[in-house]
Amino acid sequence: MSWLLVYPIIIPLLTGVLAYLFRNSPAGRWISVAGTVALLMASIMLMAEVLEQGVVAAQMSNWQAPFGITLVADLLGGVMVVITAITGLATVIYTLSEIPERMERLGFHALLQMLMVGVVGAFLTGDLFNLYVWFEVMLISSFGLLVLGGTREQLDGGIKYVMLNLVSTIMFLAGIGLLYGLTGTLNMADLHLAVRGVENTGLLTTIAVMFMVAFGVKAAMFPLFFWLPASYHTPPVAVSAIFAGLLTKVGVYALIRMFTLIFDQDVAFTHTILLWLAVVTMVTGVLGAAAMNDFRRILSFHIISQIGYMVLGLALYTPLGLMGAVFYLVHHIIVKANLFFVAGVAKRIAGSTDLARIGGLYAHAPLLAFLFLIPAFSLAGFPPLSGFWAKYVVVKAALDLEMWFVAGVALGVGLLTIFSMTKIWGSAFWPAHPDGIKPRLSDLPTFDRVALMLPIVALAALTCLIGLFPEPFVQFAERSANQLLDPTDYVTTVLGVQP
Amino acid sequence: MQSLILTTTTRLLAALLLMFSIYALLRGHNLPGGGFIGGLIGATAFILYTIATSVDEARAALRIDPSNLAILGVGVAALAGLGAGFAGDPFFTGQWLFLFQDGDSYIPLSTVLVFDIGVYMAVFGGILTLVFAMEQEI
Amino acid sequence: MELLLAITIGVLVSTSVYLMLDRNVLRFLFGLVLLSNAVNLLIFTGGRLTAGAPPLIDAGEYAPTGVVANALPQALVLTAIVIGFGLLAFTLALVYRTYMTLGTVNSDEMRVAEPADESKLDTGRLGMGKANPAKPATGQEAGI
Repeated sequence: MSWLLVYPIIIPLLTGVLAYLFRNSPAGRWISVAGTVALLMASIMLMAEVLEQGVVAAQMSNWQAPFGITLVADLLGGVMVVITAITGLATVIYTLSEIPERMERLGFHALLQMLMVGVVGAFLTGDLFNLYVWFEVMLISSFGLLVLGGTREQLDGGIKYVMLNLVSTIMFLAGIGLLYGLTGTLNMADLHLAVRGVENTGLLTTIAVMFMVAFGVKAAMFPLFFWLPASYHTPPVAVSAIFAGLLTKVGVYALIRMFTLIFDQDVAFTHTILLWLAVVTMVTGVLGAAAMNDFRRILSFHIISQIGYMVLGLALYTPLGLMGAVFYLVHHIIVKANLFFVAGVAKRIAGSTDLARIGGLYAHAPLLAFLFLIPAFSLAGFPPLSGFWAKYVVVKAALDLEMWFVAGVALGVGLLTIFSMTKIWGSAFWPAHPDGIKPRLSDLPTFDRVALMLPIVALAALTCLIGLFPEPFVQFAERSANQLLDPTDYVTTVLGVQP
Repeated sequence: MQSLILTTTTRLLAALLLMFSIYALLRGHNLPGGGFIGGLIGATAFILYTIATSVDEARAALRIDPSNLAILGVGVAALAGLGAGFAGDPFFTGQWLFLFQDGDSYIPLSTVLVFDIGVYMAVFGGILTLVFAMEQEI
Repeated sequence: MELLLAITIGVLVSTSVYLMLDRNVLRFLFGLVLLSNAVNLLIFTGGRLTAGAPPLIDAGEYAPTGVVANALPQALVLTAIVIGFGLLAFTLALVYRTYMTLGTVNSDEMRVAEPADESKLDTGRLGMGKANPAKPATGQEAGI
């Protein structure tokens, strides 16, 4: 059983090694594809086990918790691994057409696989210091992917991304050091019990805020998000897409994990900060998006705005709120990655991502236009797509607590989201191309067309599936939220004893 | 840099350093040392050689691309962890094999050592990749 | 002893914050180096200071004899140092490359990715596929 938790980490790791060794031949990219398919299968096997057992834990090297490193998957961790594998597979297929050989020779696929190792590791670890290590693995590979190719824009954005993320990492490490000094343990399940015996609750709250800042930078929360719109539009589209889908969500995941499992002793203080930060994050993100005129920059700002909804769900700290956060997390990864893919195809056939310089996509590439509308409407929260249910649950949770203002802002931000989606539609899809180009999908070589469109179609289908048959997903999110709010099961499985 | 003294001593020192790095690697499980330190010492040998001659000559002497060596090391370390699976133990559990056991003296072989060798290769290759790139750049 | 270390950490953090407020990204990087050292000291102090022997177990024994130092913070600090070293080496290379390409280390002048006039932005020259190679990038290739 313990091996089920190891496979999702070891498969992309070995794939990355092989892909690097074969980086100079076409075999490298097919190894990458095969490895990601294997990752998807391994993650589904893990998910099946988690659905059956509730929580699955494994002790590395046979060192019992809390002394060794624990890998643990609960419902949230399990589903995040599955989504990582799906997004990873979509991205790898997309790169088959997009990434030029000279970037592959620099080790592109190895970096991509190592990024997935870091992300999956962060979702599966049950140890705080181990989480730091996975964050670093993820960060190093993302640095590499972001500046690989080395254009002026990439280096410019890369500097800001790297510097601010390093600060957050060091903040995270300082929090770990203080927490260890206070409790003497770093196992997350053990910490859940240990923080209850801490007398110096003031210091504990301070540490909680340090973690909030550290993960707030990763999650791109207000006012710590400035690295994101500075860098996400500069690398190749496939890299943008997997960053947009996964990286900030790892920050949100870590926030959810820390502020349900460990820092739940002063909810009135910490979660109130989170609540107002979430509200401001939603608003600033969507306003920033409204001011932009570039396809990918609009989408980048929308990530920030949507992060606000997820953090809002966590901050409300009710079963319904957390359920919304979990549902939103899953839905948003799929939708956002897909929108970036669409932006990439638009750039490929129409020549730019600057909205003033493209057009005619609706007339000449109606399939792409249709496939844009699905994630765009889902992002804005139109029924019956996945985003509707996600927003519905979060807003309902706010209304249940009679937070009229918060709910009103959440709805208003949804309206502004439609505004910027309409802006994209109104300049990239609807009017004729300013240079008179006819952007047709059929002009692409067949292989490229399949490799570019397959991920978009698959992710759009997934969005529709979640939207049309939300019942099992909602039930799942509810189960997961209950598990997060009452981590007894988690703690017992990890420590192997009744607390 | 052209210096006869440096070039001559480097030839002797580099070999000595490489041998010492292997010694540090092998004694590492129970005594101070190990793959990380060993890798650093080993890399020092080639860094010295680079300073005494040139990056191209050091690359030629190494024969294998250091970045390949580094990533191979990561793979070897991961495979050492997988080795525990054949014995039905959790990931990364050390597996031991005592060869030529005769009373108290034996040659211990273990997956821990394989892991350390992986670390050695990763550190050795990683440092040299960095140093070669920097040397060529500046 | 704890007090001395606490003061040292405080001085290191304040110095690094001062450095990180500078517009010169190289100074920012030096600030980061100092900050990571401060945090390493913090972890070390957080593990409590004991005047013990190195945490090594004698041959034939299964537990250390006598008072030994806490091994866990040492392991944590060692890991953090190694990771920090890798990150800083990468960042230094990145800063150098950026200086060679953009000709500045002043963060206020780094407006290529976010120009004040958005129509000047032209990202994603890379990755236009194998079939129709993109127009060559103006920046140098980063060999990273």
